[in-house]
Amino acid sequence: MIAGLDRWCVAAVALSLAALLFPPVAGGGWIEDPGVLVAAVLVIALAGFFAWNGVTALWHSAVLVLLVVFGAAVSLDLVHSMDGGDRAGSGFWLFNLALWAAAWRGIDGVAVFRSVDPRHQKFVNLLAPAAFGLWMIYLWEIATVGFGVPQVLLPAPGMIGERFLGSLDILWDDFRQTFLKAVLAGYIIGCGSGFLISILVDRVPFLRRGLLPLGNLVSALPIVGVAPIMVMWFGFDWQSKAAVVVIMTFFPMLVNTVTGLAAAGALERELLRSYAAGYWQTLFKLRLPAALPFIFNALKINSTLALIGAIVAEFFGTPIVGMGFRISTEVGRMNVDMVWAEIVVAALAGSVFYGVVAMGERAFTFWHPSFRERR
Amino acid sequence: MTPSPARSRTPSAAEGGRRTVVETDKLSLTFETADGPVHALSEIDLRVEHGDFVSLIGPSGCGKTTLLRAIADLEQATAGRIEVNGVSPHQARLDRSYGYVFQAPALYPWRNIERNVTLPLEIMGMSRQERADCAGKYLELVDLAGFGKKFPWQLSGGMQQRASIARALCFDPELLLMDEPFGALDEIVRDHLNEQLLQLWDKTRKTVVFVTHSIPEAVFLSTRIVVMSPRPGRIIDVIETDFPRDRTLDVRETPAFLEVAHRVREGLRAGHSYDG
Repeated sequence: MIAGLDRWCVAAVALSLAALLFPPVAGGGWIEDPGVLVAAVLVIALAGFFAWNGVTALWHSAVLVLLVVFGAAVSLDLVHSMDGGDRAGSGFWLFNLALWAAAWRGIDGVAVFRSVDPRHQKFVNLLAPAAFGLWMIYLWEIATVGFGVPQVLLPAPGMIGERFLGSLDILWDDFRQTFLKAVLAGYIIGCGSGFLISILVDRVPFLRRGLLPLGNLVSALPIVGVAPIMVMWFGFDWQSKAAVVVIMTFFPMLVNTVTGLAAAGALERELLRSYAAGYWQTLFKLRLPAALPFIFNALKINSTLALIGAIVAEFFGTPIVGMGFRISTEVGRMNVDMVWAEIVVAALAGSVFYGVVAMGERAFTFWHPSFRERR
Repeated sequence: MTPSPARSRTPSAAEGGRRTVVETDKLSLTFETADGPVHALSEIDLRVEHGDFVSLIGPSGCGKTTLLRAIADLEQATAGRIEVNGVSPHQARLDRSYGYVFQAPALYPWRNIERNVTLPLEIMGMSRQERADCAGKYLELVDLAGFGKKFPWQLSGGMQQRASIARALCFDPELLLMDEPFGALDEIVRDHLNEQLLQLWDKTRKTVVFVTHSIPEAVFLSTRIVVMSPRPGRIIDVIETDFPRDRTLDVRETPAFLEVAHRVREGLRAGHSYDG
């Protein structure tokens, strides 16, 4: 009998039934929290229905997802309406386990959906990771609030979001100082000079033997050692941070491009030789295109390195603005939610930066075997 | 057996005034390796007239590819004399007087077929319009019309090799050097391309030097077959054929064809140094 039933729905029903045996708030009863009670009963009814009939159509999944959204909303309402010292009870956590089972089944139903329309398919492909991310944030929220975790240890996402929206002007100034000035300038100068020097190194053999080991040495320098020196050389403003970023990004670009310039095959080179092509023609028609996958690899590595470098460098002296400066001072003032707001900015900026470079990579190296299938 | 180019150097009256495209005189080429010198070519005397289709055939390591590369100035001879169009191979390369077809298509994956075919024209600084015209013409010639916008990796191996032949032809060199161009293809495709190549040669009146290790391919395509033997690479026989220019694959069933094939096989066997 059980074998024919939908396992996740059965789990949701069983967990909801078990939840009703325990109080939703430690020391309280279900009558005081009618919202969660209604949601739990709905889960039992609907998941019970799907357990028998199976989740076969897209609208079945949609109903389950809506149910989960409703359950999550009332759960959030419950944890946030608790009095100061209260903790969420076993009933509440069991109910959320039931929600998790229902959510799994619902998203699973959406994820296997296949459409001939690529736009629909793209949307569906985005839905599963988005739902997963939202669910993680939701768990974080109810866990920190429900268990009463001190905000210095881990603030709830809602609190971080509030602080984020409340300090947009400060965050923007910090972003502009650190990202738009230091990171971008350092990235462009570091990657650009790494690229140009690599062409020089490729052309002049003794530079390869002389410069590459030196570059290796520079890249091995610890950033916490370099940053104060750069501050002394270039002053407190963004220029010293850009200099740190230049040092961090230069070498990956140099090494990758030098390797990439050697990547063109022997036949491909001899072909150009048979046309009596010159050095620059060979460089632009063959060797640089063949090096592009390597160059984009360096650009991607550097996009993350640059942000890390600029933020850390700001710990060693800066005007009173910048993401690294903000993090170091707000930690000292126990304003951990502001630190997290900066972390959110850094994560967003880093992801978008990486994403833009990755999109460029796909546009320019579409011919590379690793991208061919997608065309 | 000693090299005996004189035996085949008896041009008929009709061929009398033809121009020599490639001429070598006691050409030797030695590679210096860690294990000592390797004599890739030894005293090669070869003469290719305008309009010839000359096949170099022999077992692996007999220097046939090295000879082709020496003609193309991709290797330097260590002794003897070699002239292409009456000048040194280096000058001939700078004059862009030959098109080279490699064992692999060597198409650039970031260029579509049309831009691959017109790559030499781009190097030579021709205008966009000229390039587009040439691409259309030569893609048609190798039966690839309509595939210009495809990328090499979207085409089959045979189509890729045809595109590389179009690339070698498109700047209209009178000498075509082909290094086992169909070696990596299956026999059915190879037969088909052999027939196409022959038609192409007939149509364009190019001079072709063709490296192969397939006896039927050499006999079918060539006006002259140069049989080579390894260690050191030398010419052991030169065989003239006189099949009609517009022959088809059916010619391979004729006694004349089998006779030539037999002579090539005898030559290869005689030059085989693995036994001793």
